[in-house]
Amino acid sequence: MSASDQNLLRTPLYDLHVELGAKMVPFAGYDMSVQYPAGILTEHLHTRSGAGLFDVSHMGQIRLSAANFAAAAIALESLCPADFQVLKPGQQRYSFFTNEAGGILDDLMVTRAGPGTDADHLFVVVNAGCKVQDIAHLRAHLSGRCRIEPLEDRALLALQGPKAAAVLVRFAPQSAEMTFMTGRPLVLGGMECFVTRSGYTGEDGFEISVPAGEADNLTRKLLADPDVKPVGLGARDSLRLEAGLCLYGNDITETTTPVEADLVWAIQKRRRAEGGFPGAGIIQKQIADGPPRKRVGILPEGKAPARAHTEIATQSGEIVGEITSGGFGPSVNGPVAMGYVRSDHAAIGTQLNLMVRGKALPAKVAAMPFTPHRYHR
Amino acid sequence: MSDVRYSQEHEWVRVEGDVATIGITNYAQEQLGDVVFVELPEIGRQVAKGKELAVVESVKAASEVYAPVSGEVVEVNSALTDAPATVNEDAMGKGWFAKVKLANKSELGALMDEAAYKTYVKGLH
Repeated sequence: MSASDQNLLRTPLYDLHVELGAKMVPFAGYDMSVQYPAGILTEHLHTRSGAGLFDVSHMGQIRLSAANFAAAAIALESLCPADFQVLKPGQQRYSFFTNEAGGILDDLMVTRAGPGTDADHLFVVVNAGCKVQDIAHLRAHLSGRCRIEPLEDRALLALQGPKAAAVLVRFAPQSAEMTFMTGRPLVLGGMECFVTRSGYTGEDGFEISVPAGEADNLTRKLLADPDVKPVGLGARDSLRLEAGLCLYGNDITETTTPVEADLVWAIQKRRRAEGGFPGAGIIQKQIADGPPRKRVGILPEGKAPARAHTEIATQSGEIVGEITSGGFGPSVNGPVAMGYVRSDHAAIGTQLNLMVRGKALPAKVAAMPFTPHRYHR
Repeated sequence: MSDVRYSQEHEWVRVEGDVATIGITNYAQEQLGDVVFVELPEIGRQVAKGKELAVVESVKAASEVYAPVSGEVVEVNSALTDAPATVNEDAMGKGWFAKVKLANKSELGALMDEAAYKTYVKGLH
């Protein structure tokens, strides 16, 4: 164990991961489980057939409140291009913080806390690697208008897969009523949780916010269910890649706009027209004129994976882009990738070459997701 | 009579006559995790000790397999193209990568025997 390992943060489930035989690796300053003895392939495939349980407690959970819901929503809209004002109690939306260049500072999930809780607040989940900056960003811009409370005493679990709903119903029958992208309080195993029906795998599933002191207890109860297996960050990455979902820092960064990233669907119509978020002018112009490059799915035609930073060339050898995420898709049973290509080479079916270890490997622009989404709508 | 020797990069070599069968050790496959792709050298390629012989990819990353000995590639295990998991299942046997006609048998002397390799692996933790 190196000296730097001793500076890593631990989630409330660290001891459990070690007990389960997890291989631990540093991620975003945390000591996280990348896989368990079953291995990444098995964990990935299990999530698409049963229910995988992930510890995502490293992510940031923030409670944003104001005098009333509308004030909190309007405040957050000054930093994000989504329409939050129209959220019904319990409704969840995907969005991102933009900067003045129209780039993305982080992507996030925002839920209007629903019936039974203080309906004035927004529950925000941000990436672990950005949470310090995100909280600073919120405070720098909104502290006069909102109460910004990082929920440091809460863990976050993700239960994902076609059997997740059947598992959760055994703990809380009302979970059956939840549709995709909604959230509500639920008592699970005697513990008060806030649960959303959403995730990062493309499967039906839930994200469960639970008090840190009860996370180990709840996790053990969930793992006692025969359909539930622990899944690490390795499979989390292959699952989201197959689902065509962006990884902040790879596929979206401060130098990618939401238009280039094919995320305009997350900028609701009113915001596209009105602006009122950082970089709105640049983003509006790109929506009108088309962006210079686009994030696309890329399917290598052979068996060799092509990973992040692989150059993308035309068949005549001109470099037109770069892969931002790539690897092996266990459900696709072959290599999958996403990256940015110059817009004139972004049409589905465009033939490209991926420069892997000095060789030009043929590939095609492909639609994402690579495995169909199975959200419970 | 074949004798297995090991490199510090976790490759094994089994010599029969002047041909060496090369693979990665069980320790190496455990560290890698599930193997999803193997890139084998072309037959006829001259490989130099310590230089890249093949590439083995897990879900997460690509790793180089180095030639523990110099020589000419005379055979490759094409079965690995369709069944890369064989490397995990039987790294020391069916998961072999390539056979190399030895250019310099004295290079074997620099490799570890089984006992030395076991000690070496223990010392890595």
